[in-house]
Amino acid sequence: MTSPNRPRSFQEIILRLQTYWATKGCAILQPYDMEVGAGTFHPATTLRALGGKSWAAAYVQPSRRPTDGRYGENPNRLQHYYQYQVIIKPSPPDLQDLYLGSLRAIGLDPMVHDVRFVEDDWESPTLGAWGLGWEVWCDGMEVSQFTYFQQVGGHDCKPVSGELTYGLERLAMYVLGVEHVMDMPFNDPDSPTPLTYGDVFRQTEQEYSRWNFDQADTEMLFQHFKDAEAECARILEAAETDSAGRRIPMAHPAYDQAIKASHLFNLLDARGVISVTERQAYIGRVRALAKGCADLFLTTDAGGATA
Amino acid sequence: MADLLIELFSEEIPARMQARARADLKRLVTDGLVQAGLTYASAGAFSTPRRLTLTVEGLTDHSPTTREERKGPRTDAPEKALEGFLRSTGLTRDQLEARDDKKGQVWFATITHEGRPAADIVAEVLEDAIRNFPWPKSMRWGAGSMRWVRPLHSILCILSDEAGATTVDLTVDGITAGNTTRGHRFMAPDAFTVTGFDDYAAKLRRARVMLDAEERESEIRQQSENLAFARGWQVVPDEALLSEVAGLVEWPVALMGVIEDRFLDLPPEVLQTSMKEHQKFFSTLNPKTGRIEGFITVANIETPDDGATILAGNQRVLAARLSDAAFFWENDLREARSGMQAWAEGLNSVTFHNKLGSQSDRIARIAALAREIAHLVGADPDQAERAARLAKLDLRSAMVGEFPELQGTMGRYYALEAGEPDAIADAARDHYSPLGPSDAVPTAPVSVAVALADKLDTLTGFWAIDEKPTGSKDPFALRRAALGVIRLIVTNKLPIPLSDVLTNIVNKSDLLHAENEGGVSGPTPVQYLPDLISFLHDRLKVYLRDKGIRHDIIDAVLAQDGNDDLVQVVDRATALNAMLTTADGQNLTQGLKRASNILTQAEEKDGVEYSFGADPKFAETDQERALFTALDRAEPAIKTAMKNEDFPAAMTAIAALRAPIDAFFEAVQVNTDSQVIRRNRLNLLSRIREAGRQIADFTKIEG
Repeated sequence: MTSPNRPRSFQEIILRLQTYWATKGCAILQPYDMEVGAGTFHPATTLRALGGKSWAAAYVQPSRRPTDGRYGENPNRLQHYYQYQVIIKPSPPDLQDLYLGSLRAIGLDPMVHDVRFVEDDWESPTLGAWGLGWEVWCDGMEVSQFTYFQQVGGHDCKPVSGELTYGLERLAMYVLGVEHVMDMPFNDPDSPTPLTYGDVFRQTEQEYSRWNFDQADTEMLFQHFKDAEAECARILEAAETDSAGRRIPMAHPAYDQAIKASHLFNLLDARGVISVTERQAYIGRVRALAKGCADLFLTTDAGGATA
Repeated sequence: MADLLIELFSEEIPARMQARARADLKRLVTDGLVQAGLTYASAGAFSTPRRLTLTVEGLTDHSPTTREERKGPRTDAPEKALEGFLRSTGLTRDQLEARDDKKGQVWFATITHEGRPAADIVAEVLEDAIRNFPWPKSMRWGAGSMRWVRPLHSILCILSDEAGATTVDLTVDGITAGNTTRGHRFMAPDAFTVTGFDDYAAKLRRARVMLDAEERESEIRQQSENLAFARGWQVVPDEALLSEVAGLVEWPVALMGVIEDRFLDLPPEVLQTSMKEHQKFFSTLNPKTGRIEGFITVANIETPDDGATILAGNQRVLAARLSDAAFFWENDLREARSGMQAWAEGLNSVTFHNKLGSQSDRIARIAALAREIAHLVGADPDQAERAARLAKLDLRSAMVGEFPELQGTMGRYYALEAGEPDAIADAARDHYSPLGPSDAVPTAPVSVAVALADKLDTLTGFWAIDEKPTGSKDPFALRRAALGVIRLIVTNKLPIPLSDVLTNIVNKSDLLHAENEGGVSGPTPVQYLPDLISFLHDRLKVYLRDKGIRHDIIDAVLAQDGNDDLVQVVDRATALNAMLTTADGQNLTQGLKRASNILTQAEEKDGVEYSFGADPKFAETDQERALFTALDRAEPAIKTAMKNEDFPAAMTAIAALRAPIDAFFEAVQVNTDSQVIRRNRLNLLSRIREAGRQIADFTKIEG
């Protein structure tokens, strides 16, 4: 698989994706500064997929899935990993070709590899969202999710957004030919200070795995969940106009609380303190918050409301 | 005459939807054309991941011109009525014709419907088909409002005849039909024009697209077999996977790889399931070792390195998958060897149904029941109980967590690993069976005991909480469970008194006994047990009907005592069915029914039951005396045969009555003036009725 076009490190793959999507007209945003389970939770996707305004953005999003922690030992599983997210509204007719161009950009030439679009419908019960699309396979490995959003927060998406999600570690391991994620070069192996993914993250994987599974104070987490839920509801119900008489609905601050609640639920789940029957109820509570935020966002300027 | 070619070119259509979509496109378009008055010689539909294609040959150029005659108001009717008629027909008064009718003169209109060119009709029908296409799931994209399974990119729609090809004038939501298409996504992405189906198929092939899914399937099969053969291996056949893979590629290129040695100790079912479910690989078997040692992956592209990069990538992905599987397997084996206690405890916290308790509760019920019915199926009670306790523990294993379809299969491995005998381990694997009308039925006694106990517990449980199947809704697969019970009993010829067993289950289980405190609220056993038994009888009817036994014959047998023993019911129905296919059998039925009818009428009229005391000394004719003699001979023969459950012999014995009964009715009038003789004859008929009743209720037999 050696070719001059081949990236040499994890960060080079990220940089190439950033450059590629920048040249295709996406706003290159930065990660959202909160703990989320996937790039979709970034308001640049969840909220901006709503309403009639055009939108194009791409960003890296650090994502946390506490139950996937393996103390840094599993070659593929991490409780903290990166997703690369692209969202374009309305979905352009050549989105598949644009996507294939991004694979070329990181050294995966579809003339040498076997790239396939395999049915995979996407659904997020916590966001009240679903879409149709595929998982994209490269030589039998899932390298991306490709989704046409149909609904978010219970609202029909009009126009429809096209969403691409790349699982960066897995994709990079494949491109770089690495067997264990911790062995993957993070920066260029010829740098004065060459760093592997393990140099950066092995210790944190261990620490968080222990905290997620054994140590997190569940009483506190339950309380924080309730607090986030209450604050979200309070923000949603607040008067639209402030004391100076300006109309400022607070969709984003409310949504932050929904994100918090969602992550707290994930932490509680990892601690094994949520039973099968309670699970559905918690998911429903988070969905209610996300839906309230979506409703409010649609009344705002960014949500396409005409004042 | 013209030929029509349609291609709907889109982003990748899910493989599982393609076969149905081909049929739907063909049906919607050809039905629409025919309804609009066109005829055609033949039609064929095709699909690839990116296109749905329809070819219609020998299509008429126009729909025919038709004339419709309509009767209007009388010529002397008020002006208003005539105006209305003119409006509705679109004609003027001078175009109408006055004709004589029964009640005077009436206006008649003749409306001519001009034939329309095929192109107009095709445009209309195709647009309608696209807009109303019955995809299982469809979507919108971009800023449009149209729905398709995935974004639709282009429509090809041409009519061609000797003069050449014409593009049909059609625009659906901004997509204008044309005469171009594209080849393989990577190997031949450019657009090209086509002039008809043959040209289309040939150019697609040059552009690396095999249009016909069947051809892709046989291509995949052949390439795979060649690859395997070269190594002395065999491809494990999998038709479902083959058809799925054929729906994922436009240009199949099979590649074969070898499974690394370190994974070859995994059970073959694990290798096969992991490769199929995650990777859509076919398994290849080394006949010398009897193991699965290789895989075949089907790529969608020919590459300069002959697939080396693709194969290496697939190999890596498989290694990662199998590493996971090996990790699960080793952890599971450790737990199995230590007795599976953790799994048993884990099932405490798995709810089976909120009104029927946890999986552990359920297992305890099944174990008790398996012990109880062990003697009926020839199993050792201790073994049956133990097998039931172990059979579902694999539900907590990591492997079954990953691959639910391996439940039971893994259970057997883990039970063996735990040191259990084969009979118990096999029950873990087989107790879910039979799952359908045609799969194998367990025959080993311990497996049968657990399989029956499992299904009977399910049925009584859901009946107790009043969650019975309704219409097409059967979320707990209770019809399947009932059919399973029937097949287990009938195939193994088990002498199981069904209602006794069911009553026993219900009486012993606190949970299922609504009268008991703490039991589930719902109908009482007295209410639901008869209903459950009749549900089982209904399933039995379906089962026997599939075996070619008429429903009325089953009814006739079920109406008898002994319908609790399903094996007897089936044997009787089979013997009766065989007899009724003969002329003797049909005539006998007539005779028996006639006897029964006359008797029933007389009994109703007289208000008494004629059931005793027929005496040959009151017989007036030879035919009467012959019937006495025949009955004297047949009755004990039937009785003995029925006692020995030799139903064919019983049928032969009763069939011997056919001639004497026929002769009797021919010669004798039952309702004669002499009361003594009439009574005697009615009592004789009663002997006939009783002889029949020993076998079945012949009054329920039709015809």
